[in-house]
Amino acid sequence: MAEVLVYVDHVDGAVRKPTLELLTLARRVGEPVAVALGSGAGDTAAALAEHGAVKVLTHEAAEYGDYLVVPKVDALQAAVEAVSPAAVLVPSSAEGKEIAARLALRLGSGIITDAVDLEAGDEGPVATQSVFAAAFTTKSRVSKGTPVITVKPNSAAVEPAPAAGAVEALSVSFSAAATGTKVTSRTARESTGRPELTEAAIVVSGGRGVNGAENFAIIEALADSLGAAVGASRAAVDAGWYPHTNQVGQTGKSVSPQLYIASGISGAIQHRAGMQTSKTIVAINKDAEAPIFELVDYGVVGDLFDVVPQLTEEVKSRKG
Amino acid sequence: MSLRIVVTVKYVPDATGDRHFADDLTVDRDDVDGLLSELDEYAVEQALQISENSDDDVEITVLTVGPEDAKDALRKALSMGADKAIHVEDDDLHGTDAIGTSLVLAKAIEKAGYDLVVSGMASTDGTMGVVPALLAERLGVPQVTLLSEVSVEDGTVKGRRDGDAATEQLEASLPAVVSVTDQSGEARYPSFRGIMAAKKKPVESWDLSDLDIDEDEVGLENAYTTVESATERPARTAGTIVKDEGEGGKQLAEFLAGQKFI
Repeated sequence: MAEVLVYVDHVDGAVRKPTLELLTLARRVGEPVAVALGSGAGDTAAALAEHGAVKVLTHEAAEYGDYLVVPKVDALQAAVEAVSPAAVLVPSSAEGKEIAARLALRLGSGIITDAVDLEAGDEGPVATQSVFAAAFTTKSRVSKGTPVITVKPNSAAVEPAPAAGAVEALSVSFSAAATGTKVTSRTARESTGRPELTEAAIVVSGGRGVNGAENFAIIEALADSLGAAVGASRAAVDAGWYPHTNQVGQTGKSVSPQLYIASGISGAIQHRAGMQTSKTIVAINKDAEAPIFELVDYGVVGDLFDVVPQLTEEVKSRKG
Repeated sequence: MSLRIVVTVKYVPDATGDRHFADDLTVDRDDVDGLLSELDEYAVEQALQISENSDDDVEITVLTVGPEDAKDALRKALSMGADKAIHVEDDDLHGTDAIGTSLVLAKAIEKAGYDLVVSGMASTDGTMGVVPALLAERLGVPQVTLLSEVSVEDGTVKGRRDGDAATEQLEASLPAVVSVTDQSGEARYPSFRGIMAAKKKPVESWDLSDLDIDEDEVGLENAYTTVESATERPARTAGTIVKDEGEGGKQLAEFLAGQKFI
């Protein structure tokens, strides 16, 4: 069976969930061979083996942290040359898409980004994408070269499937371009203790109606009662009420949780683009005409300052 | 010293319009108004700010690849303050994918001459966000991408990149490719004077032969990816909507419990 390369997104050896989802999808198209780079690469092997990686190619070097993107492209290219895979799968983060793009160009291959599903086809993997603010679903395949496909978080349920996961050192020689863009400093984001926005099963978002940074506390309280991540609309982010990293929408994160709760969000097309594929959508808004109500499974027309705290109390008491 | 900036921009269908696909599964541009991609306005803005903050002679060229109407996007950028424009237009370009588009842009950027390329983080139609990285790879210059802050001084570009896990400060020597996010700073509105001045600014038109690109390197037939089907998402069935009369939060909790979320 053909091998499929899976690029591993990890933080110091801790594998992030989207990579485990990729391994699940990769098994539909071939035998997953994982590529883990940088500090802690070797520590990823156990988790990757448990989720189906037959082999784990690792390489640790300071370049991966000290320079932007290109060292990782060099390493993936080396892995492609070593394995000759049927496809290369990369998590659809901003960096993942940049790595995938440069790799595809070097391989003379096509690239598909932001796939939400993947299946085997007669002429190679077929990727499903959700486009035009999720108004259309397309099925595409790469028609030239080794398919390079980036896959969005939450596109598949993680399924353990123990495999050998034999660790092998990958031999990488860096290109002249590898040291072109220097990372002169890096400040890790402080953990909020809440789930990652793109990975969370439940997302609670606030928008213009929240009306102030201090009021986001009631959105956070609801999120915490449900074990959810907190999102924000662009209006709330542009007003400085919540960090850009929590922005849901076309220019922020695109999320696809089991449950999405929008509070004080009107539902402009840019926001809908980032959340319309959520499985269940709930909205709370004073304005009965707000376009978000066209999308909801359940909507409450009312003041979020009344409805949200009452909901939070009810969730807490039901959970005991 | 002089600094030549090329800003790549895209003419996209208005996202608030009813976007759909043509029979050949490319984006149907006939039924929806087009405009300068909003995210590219940020790129034009940052180029203008780099120019305003520079002691050097700065020349800003806006570049687009697209059909006749794409001139509207160039005109908007010129009215914001760019100096000149290049429009690459050719019937053989219809259906060109990201890989092919990056080839056309890279050849045009090289022909125009550049020290710095500035792009938006993604287009608002395809939203792939891969063209800046592809340009850096093709041009063989550093990519300094997804910046929320950018500055250029003494042949060096510096910027701030806000990633998922960390905020990074980046630095590279020119020539380089930069892309900026919507956090980089609100784009200015064209002034009346700017709009009048734009009418007199030069717009060059190039086709594939001007760029030594063969017709079999671009277009739908030669794309590296094939769209096999595009189906409209079924409309969501109408949900339940209640008016809060004091019990809205409790009613919502009841719904969530019924769906097993609580």
